[in-house]
Amino acid sequence: MNKKPFERPVIKKVTAGMPSKFGLQVHHEPITEIDGVPVQSLLDQFGSPLFIYSEKTIRNTYKEAYRAFSSRYPNVLFSWSYKTNYLNAICNTFHQEGSWAEVVSGFEYKKALANGVKGDQIIFNGPQKTRNDLLLAVKNESLIHIDHFDELYELIEISKESDFKPKVAIRINMDIGIYPAWDRFGFNYENGEAWDALNRIMHCKTLELTGLHTHIGTYIMSAEPYKVAATKMSDLALGLARKYNHHILYIDMGGGFASKNTLKGGYYPGTDTTPSFDDYAEAIVSVLMKAEFQPDHLPLLILETGRALIDDAGYLAGTVVANKRLADGQRASILDAGVNLLFTSFWYDHDIRPAKPMSDQTEETAIFFLFFMNIDVIRKNTIFPLLKKGDPFVIQRVGAYNNTQWMQFITMRPNVVLIDMNSDVHVIRKEETVDTMNQLEATPEHLKVF
Amino acid sequence: MIRHGHGITCDVHIYEKIKQMKLKKSLAISETGFVFDPSTGDSYTVNPIGLEIIQLLKVGKNLKSITKIMTQTYDVDHNTFERYYYDFLGMLKQMQLVTLDD
Repeated sequence: MNKKPFERPVIKKVTAGMPSKFGLQVHHEPITEIDGVPVQSLLDQFGSPLFIYSEKTIRNTYKEAYRAFSSRYPNVLFSWSYKTNYLNAICNTFHQEGSWAEVVSGFEYKKALANGVKGDQIIFNGPQKTRNDLLLAVKNESLIHIDHFDELYELIEISKESDFKPKVAIRINMDIGIYPAWDRFGFNYENGEAWDALNRIMHCKTLELTGLHTHIGTYIMSAEPYKVAATKMSDLALGLARKYNHHILYIDMGGGFASKNTLKGGYYPGTDTTPSFDDYAEAIVSVLMKAEFQPDHLPLLILETGRALIDDAGYLAGTVVANKRLADGQRASILDAGVNLLFTSFWYDHDIRPAKPMSDQTEETAIFFLFFMNIDVIRKNTIFPLLKKGDPFVIQRVGAYNNTQWMQFITMRPNVVLIDMNSDVHVIRKEETVDTMNQLEATPEHLKVF
Repeated sequence: MIRHGHGITCDVHIYEKIKQMKLKKSLAISETGFVFDPSTGDSYTVNPIGLEIIQLLKVGKNLKSITKIMTQTYDVDHNTFERYYYDFLGMLKQMQLVTLDD
C-alpha cells in the first residue's frame, strides 16, 4: 500500500482584522530542476550544499543586455566585471560572447590573462594598482583607468621611463541626484577635479587619453541617474574635442544595474521593481545620441555591468539540517548553507524555495546556518513551507558576488557546477578539503609534537 | 533521563509533562482545519496532519496509538513522527490549547 506523504503538523493562530505583514498567501513554487537536471540528483552526485550555474541563462541574459544596447547604439562593448564572479568558466562564457575583462586588482588582472584575454582587451579599474601591476598593464597595452592623482603621477613617471605609451582614462564621480552620492571612485566632476586631471593628461606627451569612465554606484534601481551621468560624461568628452581637438575612443558607463533580487526592507519584490536592460539602455543611449558628437567620432559605449548579467544564472542548493523552535515559539530552520557562502544575504531577502513539491502549508520561519551567530541569518522571518530535516532547498539568484566574497569559516567551500547548453554537468570549482586548507599552512618544527 | 521504546533519549521532566497533557475539552474543532477556543475567543488553523493529531487527542488516544495510526497511514518512521509530534504539542502548549489539569 502506498503511504501518504508526511508533512510536519503545524498550527497557526488566526489574527482576524489584522492582515499579515506578508500580504496574501504566498505559494512557494518548488525548483525541482535546473535546465532539465533534477536538483536532488545534483546534490546526491556533487554533495550538499552546492553552487549551480546555468550556462544557458548566462548566455541568454548577455544576449538580452547586448540587444538592448546594440539595437539603440552602433558601437557597444561589454566588459566582464571579474569581481562579480571570477570563476574561470563563468568569465570565459562571457568572453566567448564577446565581453572584454574588467579587473580591479593585480590578482584579477593575472586571472584574466591566464584565461587568455588579450592585454589590450583588459580594463584595469580600482584604486590600488601596484607599480608592478601598472608596469604589466602598460606593457600589455591595457586600458588603465586612473583613480587618483597619486596614480596619475606614478603613471607619468612610468611612462617617461618606458618605451610604451600608456593608454589611460580617468574615473569620474559625480552628483547624479541619488543618495548617498558615490564620490569614492576617481575624480569629481562638479568641483572641477576631473577636468583638471584631463588637462594634466592632455599636457603629458607620454600618456594617451583613450576614454572616460564612471561607476555611479551599485544596484541603481532607477535608470534616470544614468541619464545625468551620460550627460556629464558627454560634456567632458565634447570639452576635450573643443579644447584639444582630441576625440576620446570610448565612454565607459561602468556597472550598477540592479538584478531581480529584493533588497532588505524593499516593499515590493525586485522582480517587480528592477528596471529592464531596455530601460537602462534607453536612458544612456538617448543622451549619447543627442549629444553633439560628430558621427565619425561617436565614442564606443562600454558597459561593465556584472550583477544584472550573472545573478539569475546562479543557484545555491542545499539541505535542511534541522528544525527547532526559538524561545518565543517561532520556527527556525537550520540549513547547511549560510552567510559563509551567501554573502549577499546581508543585503538581500533571498528567495528560498523547496526543491521538491510541497503542500501550500507554511509557517513563519527564521532561517539560519550552522553557526547560529547573530549575523548568521539568511531570513529573519519569512513565510516558509514546512520543510523537514533532510529536505532539499534552492536559493535562486546568487550568481553575483557570492563566489568572490564567500568565507571559509568552520566548514569548507563546496563544489561549484555548471550545467552546459546540453544539460551536461561540469564541476567548475572543486570542493575544498582539509588538505586544501592545510597545504597553505606551515607548523614550526618545535610545535609539531605535543 | 529515560529511554523511549523507539530509541530516543530525552528529558523526563519535559516529555512526561507533555505526555500528561490533554486537549482542552471546550475546543471546537471543524473538519476543515479550524480550531476555536471559546475560553479566549481565539481561532487557529491546522494543516491536515495537525488536524488528524488533534482529533486523535480529542478522543483520548495516547502517543503510542497515535504513532501507530500515523506511521501506518503516512510515509514517516516512528522516530521522525515522535520528533514532530512533540514539537506540535509544544506549539499547542504555547497556545494554551492543552492543559495538565484538564
